[in-house]
Amino acid sequence: MLTRENTVNLVLALLLLVAPLAANAFGQPFYVTLATRIAILALAALGLNLALGLGGLVSFGHAAFFGIGGYAAGILSSHALSYEPMIFGLPGTVQMPVIWIVAVIAAGLVALAIGAISLRTSGVYFIMITLAFAQMVYYFAISWPAYGGEDGLSILVRNQFPGLNTMKPLSFFLVCYVVLLAGIGLFALIRASRFGTALQAARQNETRVATVGIHPYRIRLTGFVISAMITALAGALYADLNRFVSPSMLSWHMSGELIVLIILGGTGRLFGPVAGAALYVAFEFALGGLTERWQFFLGLILLGVVLFARGGLLGLLAGKAKHG
Amino acid sequence: MTIALALEQLLNGIQLGVMLFLMAAGLTLIFGVMGLINLAHGSLYMVGAFACAAVAAWTGSFWLGLIASLACAAAAGAIVELAVIRRLYDRDHLDQVLATFALILIFSEGTRWLFGDFPLYLDIPALLQGVVTLPGDASYPVYRLAIIAVGALIALGLYLLIGKTRLGMRIRAGESDREMIGALGVDIRTLYTLVFALGSALAGLAGALVGALQSVQVGMGEPVLILAFVVIVIGGIGSIKGALYGALLVGVTDTLGRFLLPQFLALFVDPSQAGMIGGAMASMLIYVVMAVILAVKPRGLFPPAHA
Repeated sequence: MLTRENTVNLVLALLLLVAPLAANAFGQPFYVTLATRIAILALAALGLNLALGLGGLVSFGHAAFFGIGGYAAGILSSHALSYEPMIFGLPGTVQMPVIWIVAVIAAGLVALAIGAISLRTSGVYFIMITLAFAQMVYYFAISWPAYGGEDGLSILVRNQFPGLNTMKPLSFFLVCYVVLLAGIGLFALIRASRFGTALQAARQNETRVATVGIHPYRIRLTGFVISAMITALAGALYADLNRFVSPSMLSWHMSGELIVLIILGGTGRLFGPVAGAALYVAFEFALGGLTERWQFFLGLILLGVVLFARGGLLGLLAGKAKHG
Repeated sequence: MTIALALEQLLNGIQLGVMLFLMAAGLTLIFGVMGLINLAHGSLYMVGAFACAAVAAWTGSFWLGLIASLACAAAAGAIVELAVIRRLYDRDHLDQVLATFALILIFSEGTRWLFGDFPLYLDIPALLQGVVTLPGDASYPVYRLAIIAVGALIALGLYLLIGKTRLGMRIRAGESDREMIGALGVDIRTLYTLVFALGSALAGLAGALVGALQSVQVGMGEPVLILAFVVIVIGGIGSIKGALYGALLVGVTDTLGRFLLPQFLALFVDPSQAGMIGGAMASMLIYVVMAVILAVKPRGLFPPAHA
């Protein structure tokens, strides 16, 4: 159905594909990298949007999962390149699909543990506890010297995808773009499913959900874990994009930025994260070129959006969301 | 390990706890009275430290700097409350988180603009330099003992302010029923600004006091802010008493953990390994404590009775 929102979504998806293709044709690989950054940040925020937008779970600790994904990529490839076996004698790998699976499973397990404790609470407690757990992972990464500690870990050669030369910016962009589209498809499927309906219902009225025999805690925990897994996948891609992973991926600024992306785009909207990430990277690029202190202006803009333009970019382009 | 060293570490832990209490008391008061989660509290800590360092460098007097830190942080808090925060009271927590996150960006970059990228340094005042001898022949800096004393005085002052004065009565009334005290003719908007400025002043004081121990730099408030969150989550959000006990628990656990865990592990593995693993484990220790407390008491140790 071609509603106004669907049209806007379609245009966004096409723009994100056509712009880097054109940039590549004109020999401007820098803009391809910029588009890759947008796609990856959008995927990370998409994961968070599942918990935050659908489930109403304001997680201020998703950087933990983003960073775990990044470290999965960094650690596996460093072991593969040095031929040193990891724990239990398992070999490292430079194959992206394997790395993604490891990243997703690792983040899923951590999210299960963090979620199981954090979801016993709600509201402002939940925000602070997810933040605190992410800090715990952050400090662990800083004080554990085996993988670079505070200095981070370089990925000497970008990891490989079967049949592609990922060192070419456009090839790597296409990998990220397809993964992003798959993520958006998964999000749409989940949102329309029985599980997704229950998750949204648990946000709107917990008591009613419990009355019809659904356990809100389990629904939320499942949503939280899936959300963390998607964000971790984005983290693995992000590490490959920069060919570097460091504790800054785990920092609470990163968690804040992921929430900012969602709000800039429009909370709970399918393409909100894409619009938000595009807007954010554009700000960073345009303001960052003008002044070193661009975050000052980002703060002002963000304050303006929160206080006066609550629907985000999609709210402006596509009208209000149909239901809260 | 000697008794003297252990005593010194214990005092360091208490000193950290006292600092955390100054931060956590403001946070928990603001949440208790206005229902607001304020991420920018760490920025007010930074404002206090910078104000103190700048005024102390200009006038040569730490004490004038200390007064400046209280005044600047309180003023910054009041301005922020009037301009931004008061629009957020009836918004959900997500909006509050985002708006105060935006304030952090503005404060941090704004401070860099004013003072540059390099840290400032603040000297301990002459009166409080030197060390005292503790039982067991250990020496301990007077300044750190003074911080502990200040914290104890503030805790007592807050107890008296909230328990015994008219303002405190209004604050307590504001915590239990905002609409009702507004209906009874109390100017609730001024009360909110006052509470916010009070919390900010406490944060600024903490920043100034710690500024003389560490360097004064942008971003200094953020690690303290997160520890203060852990404190108020452990203590029960909205409870000053919880903030006090939580702060001491976190301060002592963190400091003693960093000191004892590597030594404990050294009994089992070789010392360099023990230092590494112990250090990593110690940095996670308070979060583990928090998780255990929440698993048993999801609303913290001293949840406010009414909420």
